[in-house]
Amino acid sequence: MIKVWHSRRIRAFAQNKTAVLGLVLAAFLVVIALVAPVLAPYDPLVQDVHNMLSPPSKKHFFGTDDLGRDVFSRVLYGARVSIVVGLSAVTVGTVIGLILGVSAGYFGGWFEIGVMRVVDVLMSFPVLVMGLMFMAILGPGMDKLILAIGLVLAPQVARLAHASTVALRDADYVVAAKAAGANPLRILRRHILPNIVGEILVMATLWTATAIRVEANLSFIGLGVSPPTPTWGNMIREGVRWLVVTPWLSIFPGLAILLAVLAFNMVGDGIRDAMDPRLYC
Amino acid sequence: MTRYVLRRILVAIPTLLAVYTLVFLFIRVAPGDPAVAALGDYASAEAVQALRERMGLNAPLFVQYIRTLVGYLRGDLGSSLITDLPINVQIAAALPHTLELTFAGVLIGTLLGIPLGIFTAVKRNRFPDYVGRVLALSGISIPAFYLGILLILAFAVRLRWFPVMGAGEFSDPLKNLRHLALPALTLGIIMVSFVSRMTRSCFLNVLREDYVRTARAKGLAERVVVLLHALRNALIPIVAVLGTQVAVLIGDSVMTEVVFSRPGLGKLMVQAMLQRDYIALQSLIVTYASLVVLINLLTDLSYGIVDPRIRYD
Repeated sequence: MIKVWHSRRIRAFAQNKTAVLGLVLAAFLVVIALVAPVLAPYDPLVQDVHNMLSPPSKKHFFGTDDLGRDVFSRVLYGARVSIVVGLSAVTVGTVIGLILGVSAGYFGGWFEIGVMRVVDVLMSFPVLVMGLMFMAILGPGMDKLILAIGLVLAPQVARLAHASTVALRDADYVVAAKAAGANPLRILRRHILPNIVGEILVMATLWTATAIRVEANLSFIGLGVSPPTPTWGNMIREGVRWLVVTPWLSIFPGLAILLAVLAFNMVGDGIRDAMDPRLYC
Repeated sequence: MTRYVLRRILVAIPTLLAVYTLVFLFIRVAPGDPAVAALGDYASAEAVQALRERMGLNAPLFVQYIRTLVGYLRGDLGSSLITDLPINVQIAAALPHTLELTFAGVLIGTLLGIPLGIFTAVKRNRFPDYVGRVLALSGISIPAFYLGILLILAFAVRLRWFPVMGAGEFSDPLKNLRHLALPALTLGIIMVSFVSRMTRSCFLNVLREDYVRTARAKGLAERVVVLLHALRNALIPIVAVLGTQVAVLIGDSVMTEVVFSRPGLGKLMVQAMLQRDYIALQSLIVTYASLVVLINLLTDLSYGIVDPRIRYD
């Protein structure tokens, strides 16, 4: 096992109240996503025409929407899409970015120039604009959504992985391994990856926050997971039509998005402080 | 200086070309026929062929690439597949609204964010610092469209101070400003959060420098040390970071325009996306990326103003 988590760092993390609170919040959201069917008082898809647009009450904590569906249950189920898309997209993006960044950094030459040039150019697209472009190319569906958000994150991963690999490629132990005749794959696996995985993991929590936000944005526009499956973004999209009469349809799912993004940002910020006490600037 | 500016502009040209090439390739080489996508799966083969001909998709890829590029260089961005209107006319009408909004957001963000960042840095690890940090972290976590909705609820629906939608005409500045207020506040709050975080962190770095200790040792008032000695030095990294954040802000302006129904570039792009108008989409994505390249260029050029030590030869 890679030894990234020295006890000193764990202590620094534990002392960072923001980070711990963020971790608790994030864990809470993951649990909600897992046990949504147990917690939800109603089926998120069942319509109740006698109970349309009813305000928050003891029966319906967050009220009901224009089809009489229970908003509280829908918010709970919405956590599943956000968490699944967020975590999967980060995994996809990290794998693609790591492969490209590490191999560009290690092998160098024209391959490095080509890959990093494309990465630089992609970084000049605003995240959301890139998300829209990939969704346009890939088409609708949850798997495409995950891939699209993963591709949006990949350039950032590649840039970080590339920089870290370049810093290591001339290290004595890497040169020694090369001289001893180890094949590149072994060097990458044994000597390079273990040394950059910590940094990538820290950033991954921040990328998860970005992924959840991009997912919310896309499904608010109408490009994410399509109804009737509830997502926080498409609930707001549907709720906004009733903003003046029944603002809770938009307020509660939005609070959920804010909480989820905030939680992962808090963790990322906290670990970064713990790992590198020098202030980044 | 002039030579540096010229060289920096020359470097931006291949970047722009690369931006165009990537967007072109992504849209053409990706699986799926843009003409089928625009017409829907049930369109007849003849209709698809006719549209492919009109979109120029039947020519070899390289010919398409050059043809579109030459068009772009002449300012001809093609015509919308849906409305048949020239896209450059639509962009010219939308661009001022987007620039106005982004500029207002950057202005609010800088004017409030830098003082706020300095304040929290000076009060490090005390109550105002904690409050400021929590608010800033929330500000960078909240999606622009949700913040916009909350502001609409508070200031347009409840208090009725501002209109909900549209942008107003430029010929009526007062009405235009009333329409600008809430969208600008949306972007402004997000930008304040970014700027104050960065300012705080840059400031804490600078406050540990030797010249700050020297200034204090000389017996200068803390106010003079912070505002004259530290600020001037912290400003360089702040400007660098500011440039990258404007790119983020441009992304957020898309959602702000959607929520407030402002007739800007973002609204056009989302509309093109939903209508599967690939020609318009391609032009708009290239426009957005070019804006970011331009902002990066301006950021680079502004270093010299902030830091006179930087020489350009």
